[in-house]
Amino acid sequence: MGGSDSHRRSRLAPYLLVAPGILWLLAFFVAPLVILASTSVGQGGAWYETYGLALGRYGPHFLRSFRYALAATLLALVLGYPLAYFIAFRAGRLRYPFLGLVILPFFVTFLVRTFAWKTILGDGGPAVWLLQRLHLLGAHGRLLDTSIAVVGGLTYTFLPFMVLPVYASLEKLDRRLVEAAEDLYATPGAAFRRVVLPLSLPGVFAGSLLTFIPAAGDFINAQLLGSPNQQMLGTVIQNQFLDVRDYPLAAALSFVLMALITVVVLAYARLLGTEELA
Amino acid sequence: MRISSAQAASRDPVIALEHVVKRFGRASAVEDAHFAVARGEFFSLLGPSGCGKTTTLRMIAGFEQPTAGRILLDGHDVAGVPPYRRQVNTVFQHYALFPHLTVRDNVAFGPRSRKLDAAATARRVAELLAVVRLDAFANRKPAQLSGGQQQRVALARALANRPSALLLDEPLGALDLALRQAMQLELKRIQREVGITFIYVTHDQEEALTMSDRIAIMSEGRIEQIGSPREIYDAPATGFVAGFIGAANLLPAVVRDVDGTAVTVELAGGQRVTVPAGSGAAAAGSTVSVMLRPERLRLAESAPPDGESLPVTLEQSVFRGPVVRHTLRAADGTVIVAHAAAGPCLPAFRPGLALWVSWDADAPRVLPAAGRSVLPATVR
Repeated sequence: MGGSDSHRRSRLAPYLLVAPGILWLLAFFVAPLVILASTSVGQGGAWYETYGLALGRYGPHFLRSFRYALAATLLALVLGYPLAYFIAFRAGRLRYPFLGLVILPFFVTFLVRTFAWKTILGDGGPAVWLLQRLHLLGAHGRLLDTSIAVVGGLTYTFLPFMVLPVYASLEKLDRRLVEAAEDLYATPGAAFRRVVLPLSLPGVFAGSLLTFIPAAGDFINAQLLGSPNQQMLGTVIQNQFLDVRDYPLAAALSFVLMALITVVVLAYARLLGTEELA
Repeated sequence: MRISSAQAASRDPVIALEHVVKRFGRASAVEDAHFAVARGEFFSLLGPSGCGKTTTLRMIAGFEQPTAGRILLDGHDVAGVPPYRRQVNTVFQHYALFPHLTVRDNVAFGPRSRKLDAAATARRVAELLAVVRLDAFANRKPAQLSGGQQQRVALARALANRPSALLLDEPLGALDLALRQAMQLELKRIQREVGITFIYVTHDQEEALTMSDRIAIMSEGRIEQIGSPREIYDAPATGFVAGFIGAANLLPAVVRDVDGTAVTVELAGGQRVTVPAGSGAAAAGSTVSVMLRPERLRLAESAPPDGESLPVTLEQSVFRGPVVRHTLRAADGTVIVAHAAAGPCLPAFRPGLALWVSWDADAPRVLPAAGRSVLPATVR
């Protein structure tokens, strides 16, 4: 075998390796996106009328989607960070069983899990019963069809996407840095605040994006656990596409949502100063 | 445990270990460590990996608690005192610099923990960066520095707190040879400049000899000997110490006669030689090792007229730069290594040649019988 032959092959290798992925994305991401874009501007009235309608009529839905997604992300962070910290630092030999538990819900389909929450949070269900006994909920109080239920459902759905990246960043953190901090007179709390937390921010950043982005576009939780008052944009788009069949409006809504999410993500990246992504 | 030199450290010890024992489960890491380190002293813990030296250091730092015994820092028992309340600082083996902080913020970490005000912190950081000659790198991140520079940041970071003692865990282990030798002198200079007690953990005997005021040699959790580099080299207490510090021939022998300052021993081959009694009191009939340093041996083609000598056969001569290393075999099969200066008029020794090896009367030492031979692996 000639030397130049193998040389040429090694130069081509990187392209050959990315080619399947690129083709896949072209066929199933870029092409639909282009079709969607042309749909949003092509039919019906002028394109700005469609987009104006999308923003005008569904402004509250956009705001609500972002509010819920933000709340779910913060809640997932508050619940997920300590969990990831415990698994990474304290679980010892139980580390992998615990990680297994974190991803266990994935073995049950998303829809079934959300229906299960509908039962749990339902009016005759155990959650309402317990909260009423504790006098945290009035006699006619409900959980289902409230924003609490929707945000709770979103948090539950995307919690593993927060836990896993945070865990990954904590797990690779050099424990000797914590020892070094304590050696330099930092109390355990200060060592966490000054060393562990800053070094785990890339994980927090990744986890927040993996939670926030899909949560903002989610259409199942609001539909199953909320009333029309809790309707999120994902549900609206679904309705416009499948029921009302106003394709230009649905496509325009999709694009506005994508644009807004991009803006939020860039602002967040700037805020956190994460060099890798900003 | 044998401690040959009990001088120093008694007056004003910064650190004192009193019969400290550390066990992990049933495995013993440190057995009865008992020593004191004086203010301003450069004290080394030297031994092969797994000998317990790092565990000893970590107990002083507070990362491990002794199973038994006491540790005193500045005269106070520190049992149960966490690392962040101990007035000692550590230079970690792989530096453990904070990757997200600049050199300046790394050095300022300790002073800020102690809530030193900003102006005083800045002054101290500038002072220490000058000591380690890194003034120009204050705004760099650790990843932008070379290994030697990172090492000096770690040093400055630890010294910025003006600790009672600085604990160094193989700080030069990750550097290449030339840099390591330069840093040895640098460390010694810095230690003199700041006047702080250094406790230095290393497995490198040359490093320990170069820098230390006193060395504690550890093996399998026990301290074999504590003394100045000279004492340890000239008068090793055990065969292990003799082999670990420098190279040593250990000839198995039985004591036949003890006569005040001299001991007559019978070597395995039946030859009787007389050696100085030294510190190790040997009773007639006991089994001992006679230590001879390779550089104290002379070779000749005929028996020297006076003094002790042994007939040997030359097995191999290897040119090693400054010295030629001769591997010899005594009549009974014992291997003896001799170093001769590689001068211009090296005799043309051939393998198989019958030679006589001789030494000065003060060269040999009687040591307790070695459990295992320390030759030839430890001959450098």
